[in-house]
Amino acid sequence: MSTAQSISHRESKPDNYLTHSRGFLSWALTLDHKRIGLMYLVFVLAAFLFGGTFAELLRTSLLTPNHWMFPSNYPIHTADAALNVANATLNAAHDTEAKLFYNNMFSLHGAVMVFMFIIPAVPAVLGNFILPMMLGAKDVAFPRLNLMSFYIYLIGACFVSWVLMGGILRILFGLHVPFGYGLDTGWTFYTPFSTSKAEDGMVAVVAGVFILGFSSILTGVNFIATIHTLRPRGMTWFRMPLFLWALYATSIIQILATPVLAITLLLLLAERLLHVGIFDSSIGGDPVLFQHFFWFYSHPAVYIMILPGMGVISEVISVHSRKHIFGYNFIAFSSVALALLGFLVWGHHLFVAGQSNLADSIFSLLTFSVAIPSAVKVFNWLATLYRGSIRFTPAMLYSLGFILLFTIGGLTGLFLGALETDVPLHDTYFVIAHFHYVMVGSMVFAFLSGMYHWYPKMSGKMCNQNWGRFAAILLFIGFNVTFFPQFIMGAHGMPRRWATYPAEFQPYHIISTIGAYIMAISLITVALNWLTGLLWGRKAPANPWGGNSLEWHTSSPPPHDNFLVPPVADDPYNLAAWEYDASIDGWVLRKTDPVPAPPDRTRPVAH
Amino acid sequence: MNAMLNILADMGGSFWMPPQASQIAPDVDWLFFFIFWICTFFFLLVLVLLVGFSWKYRYREGQPMLDAPKHSTALELTWTFIPTVIVIVIFFYGFKGYLRMMIPPPDAYEVDVTAHMWDYTFMYPNGQISDDTNLHIPIDTPVVFVMSSTDVLHGFYMPEFRIKRDIVPGRYVKLWVVATKLGTFDLFCTQYCGQDHSSMRRKVIVEPRADFVNWVNNLGGGNMTPPQRGHFLWNTRGCSSCHSVDGTWTGKAPTWKDLYGSTVHNVDGDHLADENYLLDVISHPNIHPIASFQPIMPPTEGLVNDKDIADIIAYIKTLSKNYHAALPVVKPAKK
Repeated sequence: MSTAQSISHRESKPDNYLTHSRGFLSWALTLDHKRIGLMYLVFVLAAFLFGGTFAELLRTSLLTPNHWMFPSNYPIHTADAALNVANATLNAAHDTEAKLFYNNMFSLHGAVMVFMFIIPAVPAVLGNFILPMMLGAKDVAFPRLNLMSFYIYLIGACFVSWVLMGGILRILFGLHVPFGYGLDTGWTFYTPFSTSKAEDGMVAVVAGVFILGFSSILTGVNFIATIHTLRPRGMTWFRMPLFLWALYATSIIQILATPVLAITLLLLLAERLLHVGIFDSSIGGDPVLFQHFFWFYSHPAVYIMILPGMGVISEVISVHSRKHIFGYNFIAFSSVALALLGFLVWGHHLFVAGQSNLADSIFSLLTFSVAIPSAVKVFNWLATLYRGSIRFTPAMLYSLGFILLFTIGGLTGLFLGALETDVPLHDTYFVIAHFHYVMVGSMVFAFLSGMYHWYPKMSGKMCNQNWGRFAAILLFIGFNVTFFPQFIMGAHGMPRRWATYPAEFQPYHIISTIGAYIMAISLITVALNWLTGLLWGRKAPANPWGGNSLEWHTSSPPPHDNFLVPPVADDPYNLAAWEYDASIDGWVLRKTDPVPAPPDRTRPVAH
Repeated sequence: MNAMLNILADMGGSFWMPPQASQIAPDVDWLFFFIFWICTFFFLLVLVLLVGFSWKYRYREGQPMLDAPKHSTALELTWTFIPTVIVIVIFFYGFKGYLRMMIPPPDAYEVDVTAHMWDYTFMYPNGQISDDTNLHIPIDTPVVFVMSSTDVLHGFYMPEFRIKRDIVPGRYVKLWVVATKLGTFDLFCTQYCGQDHSSMRRKVIVEPRADFVNWVNNLGGGNMTPPQRGHFLWNTRGCSSCHSVDGTWTGKAPTWKDLYGSTVHNVDGDHLADENYLLDVISHPNIHPIASFQPIMPPTEGLVNDKDIADIIAYIKTLSKNYHAALPVVKPAKK
């Protein structure tokens, strides 16, 4: 390391974290949070690609009421009796295949997207990259633990991929891999189906999710320790960027809730492999107990997914409208409130599952409490736009899209929180649409917003803004075309997780599938946009958007140690400290700043 | 004219909701649209503010920065307080309606619902099972469904009636309804239960009370011959969802065609499918598993009695080429 450093200092080109050292091992064994963040990015995007492919496949198979991809409508009333029997046999075989295909697709889509994409996306990628830099620190508090979290994530991902590999081997070569075929439980692994009837690929996936959980816990521990111990001079708790508040709240949930998931999954494996009766009523267990355990984690996990996204939005909205964030304290406290209230509402997943009417009523009341901090955030973001100077960058377009889609996702939650209306809507496409508005419409939009916001910092390049804008608008359209019809068909009674359906729902399904294709086109555009930016993009200035949180006070891409001199923090939303410099198409610290300007940190200082 | 209108009303429902066919349905829909208009108001508010601000305060070259407050406690408390009041009101209405929906009157007519992979069995108070796989209920009468499952979780959802409940193995779950409209309605399974989850749909037939009583009293098929009754049971007790009788391969269980008298290759060795073998595998499902099928046959205890099993065996025998109904041809003895 030290040799590499001294060599790079002799060169005329300034050192950055990407060129700091070379070779496979310099990445595989790196302790640099930025490189670990990038490695997470590669695997998280790969998971997104797989999960997205499964989604496109299942939407495609839903184009017709009876799975056109495996035709099962060969005539069975012809004059030839032998042909009738042969056709009926073929129909039954195709019907079975089609349903297995669909059931595996929706299960894999859910499991891969939730556990390998949405949960790690913002914290592990953007959090890892940005959190230490926002704190003006060299790295997270425990860099080795950070690398270990990454490898635990990889091991967990290998377990989940085992099922994919096993499925391919079995279909192509007829090979049987132990615990390697089929996940047909849904991502929720409800008992007793998962422990007594499901394909055995479920064992590998549950083990994988168990392992992924530790990655999540350790990342949470690391972030909390880092925020407590490594804040720079001048950064009090209430001068932290709101992204850090969001990550802090998220980390608390990761630490407190994920162990419960780990215990639940172990019990699930014990029942499946050792036949210990815990959840299966035929051997003395209780299926509803599993649902309580599972949602005790998985509801707070919704806030693991959405809170960091909200943090991103708070940063982007403020910077790209050149306005101080409106109501900093309310936004910070609402993050913490969501983290805590999120623990008290898991029972709303069990409104029709057989819990008592008393429990239903209490959980309904508690569920409504999460509407309040959510509403506060939305109105505070809107107030931030007021009298701003709004730039429609791709990051900003995704954030504006987030506000609209999160509003719809949140408001439709009112139908599901109210007991009487939840009963008919529960387990229908209404619920699917509702949580995709929150998970995709909000979380994925926030992730893309953050990626566009910090892309110059991560890569040192600018990507084409117009293509970015085009993809953002297209994704917004595609998303609504996909999921809005699902509200209507859900209210009309279309149950979730159905491979086939009554013909009356077909128009909605066709529109929804077209929307899914539009989304695919837009996401491919985003990927090409990032790749071409990486290859041919113009060099990024240190501060392309004029943000004042500390990561903008160093070069793009940052040096190995992030800052050449330890920075001093002031108000992260004091955007007036920067002025636009057309010669570099970026922002520089205002010379006439009434506050004595901190030393210029954008240029490397000779040692 | 009236009939036409009725058909139109049956087809439609509204843009958002299916037709209303139960006493609770108008109630649920009232709350749905109450919340709907609140949501529409707030969404339009957010939309107008977002688009309005974005347009009015968009960046223009040379425009000076405007002054604006960094926070306003009064404003922020307002938009904390107003949503709080609104959600408490919504909770209250949802809670009130839910209690009405959940607590059945003590004199409600009972129908036993047994769910299994991937079918329902509906048993009426006279111990008879619905003979056309559909759920029949009388109009304008409180009916309570006492539901249990023999294998995994299932759902019980009637969209036009606005009621739903998960059926949980190992316990009884109750749900009740008063149907207010004659006709045929949907019954869907809404809790994922494996391969054929999406085929687990039945019809609910709401009949005038006199017709219903007549239908219930004629259930049972008492005058049939044993093979006829076996066929009837195959059709009505769920056998037909996995076992074919014409040689079709269903992928779930062996066909009954030519089963009797054949040799079955079980995991625990080969068996001759004689009467005792059939008795064994019907009364103890999955006792002799077959490698090419999942052991998914639900327990039959309580679903079929000894007479039923005997009739089913009699029926299976008539399906086989190994069963000889006619007198054997007597060959003259050789000299």
